[in-house]
Amino acid sequence: MAIISIRDLIVEYDGRRVLDGLSLDVEPGETMVLLGGSGSGKSTLLRQILGLERAHSGSVFVKGIDITRCSETELRAVRRSIGVAFQSAALFNSLSVTDNVALALREHTSLAPSIIDLMVWLNLAAVGLAEFGHLHPQELSGGMKKRAAVARALALDPEILVFDEPSAGLDPIVAAELDELILLLKKAFQMTVIVVTHELPSAFRIADRIAMLYNGTFLAVGTKDEIKNTQHPRIRQFLDRVPDKMGDASGVAASFEKYLQTQETTL
Amino acid sequence: MPTLTESLGRKTLNHLDYVGGLSIQLWEALRAMGASLPIVGNRYRWKASVGQMLQIGVSALPMVGLMAICSGFILAMQGASELRRLGAMHYVIDLVAVGFTRELGPLLTAIAVSGRSGSAFAAEIGTMKVTEEIDALRVMAFEPVEFVLAPKYLAALIMLPCLSIASNVCGIFAGGIFMFFSTRLGLGLYLHYVLSSIQLRDVISGLIKSLAFATIIVHVGCLEGFRVHGGPDAVGRSTTTAVVKSTFLVIVADVLFTAIFYFTGKH
Repeated sequence: MAIISIRDLIVEYDGRRVLDGLSLDVEPGETMVLLGGSGSGKSTLLRQILGLERAHSGSVFVKGIDITRCSETELRAVRRSIGVAFQSAALFNSLSVTDNVALALREHTSLAPSIIDLMVWLNLAAVGLAEFGHLHPQELSGGMKKRAAVARALALDPEILVFDEPSAGLDPIVAAELDELILLLKKAFQMTVIVVTHELPSAFRIADRIAMLYNGTFLAVGTKDEIKNTQHPRIRQFLDRVPDKMGDASGVAASFEKYLQTQETTL
Repeated sequence: MPTLTESLGRKTLNHLDYVGGLSIQLWEALRAMGASLPIVGNRYRWKASVGQMLQIGVSALPMVGLMAICSGFILAMQGASELRRLGAMHYVIDLVAVGFTRELGPLLTAIAVSGRSGSAFAAEIGTMKVTEEIDALRVMAFEPVEFVLAPKYLAALIMLPCLSIASNVCGIFAGGIFMFFSTRLGLGLYLHYVLSSIQLRDVISGLIKSLAFATIIVHVGCLEGFRVHGGPDAVGRSTTTAVVKSTFLVIVADVLFTAIFYFTGKH
């Protein structure tokens, strides 16, 4: 049975359809990469999976619970089984790295402080930050912040680990380190991993399956080899990094023509 | 170009949406307040509440005190300039004592706290919203209203009445200094006249007002923060709006309360 199951999901903002009838199953223990360009709807889909926004219609089942219709209490219970590393890391700036990681453990469990300290140290050690727990987020580099966010996401031993653009804003070496960390964590903790990204090397390194999003719909869902070898023109354009023709001279001329026509109509 | 009716309709809907947002937030905060209480609540929330009490109350004390002293002198001097001609200088004591306990003490305090803390609430929560910290709280199964707002609300409900009393004392003291230098009235005798001119209901009506002002300042500031969309410029706008709206609403609430106390025969 799928650990996450999305059915006919439609999301609209001010009448504009952002996700158009998406359906997807994520199996337990797999790494699913949601790949797509800017504005394709990746982050919106992620926010739906986390229950952060209401859908126009459709369902999102996480561990068998429809989070689009469940109560707040059920939603909180589901969220405790999901760890999220946000794009901006979203660490609490008023707390040290240690306190960021310990926060959920202190508040959601009745563990003794010494056990919590040990678990925090283990999580920080797992991401290579055991020596930096006393620092505040603003004292960390971009890569360290992302790793601290991963340590915080691991705190409650989640079944599902979610990464929003883990490589964004990082140099290739740090981004590759983070990819290896994701692979290592998946192997060590046997978690289901969902990664939202538009970075191709990262996606093909960590994915078991890739769901390719374009304009709010899935163009393809398959293994990385299936995606690599697809002949779908839009996916090929994305993989081969071929730009759209909006920037060439004929495109500009056509846009200008259209602009002039609108001006004439207004006058 | 929208017609006048459309424009009016849209503005009305926006205001209704704002009032609705404030009401829902107030209800959620009241439900979450239990967690911020000492002994029966969550100790981390109580600790946060104490921290907020220091920021809202203790740090504002010098400013509120100084404002009250200046206003006390102004009120006494303006009153004396007219009452001296009528040979009723002793009424200056009543004017300052009753004016401060019923009106000026709570109002000056609310305006000072609105400028200091209302803007800080909007900036803090707005920044948390922009940096995804609010989303992080929600996916970590915390309620942002309980985690962020409730400690502030509890702290304001305790500290605004305390600051109002401090403001009353400072303002009345300033009136005493003025009376000493203008009529050689001793401070002991001045205090005796003050105590005979104010009644317990004057103090209570002032304290009721300060509780209402605390509610307005916290909820307007926090709602502006929670409604931030966009980047740092939106945070800046939210802080300005928080101060303007909360100051305006404090004055409107003051008029309403004064009218209620006046027409119900309290004064």
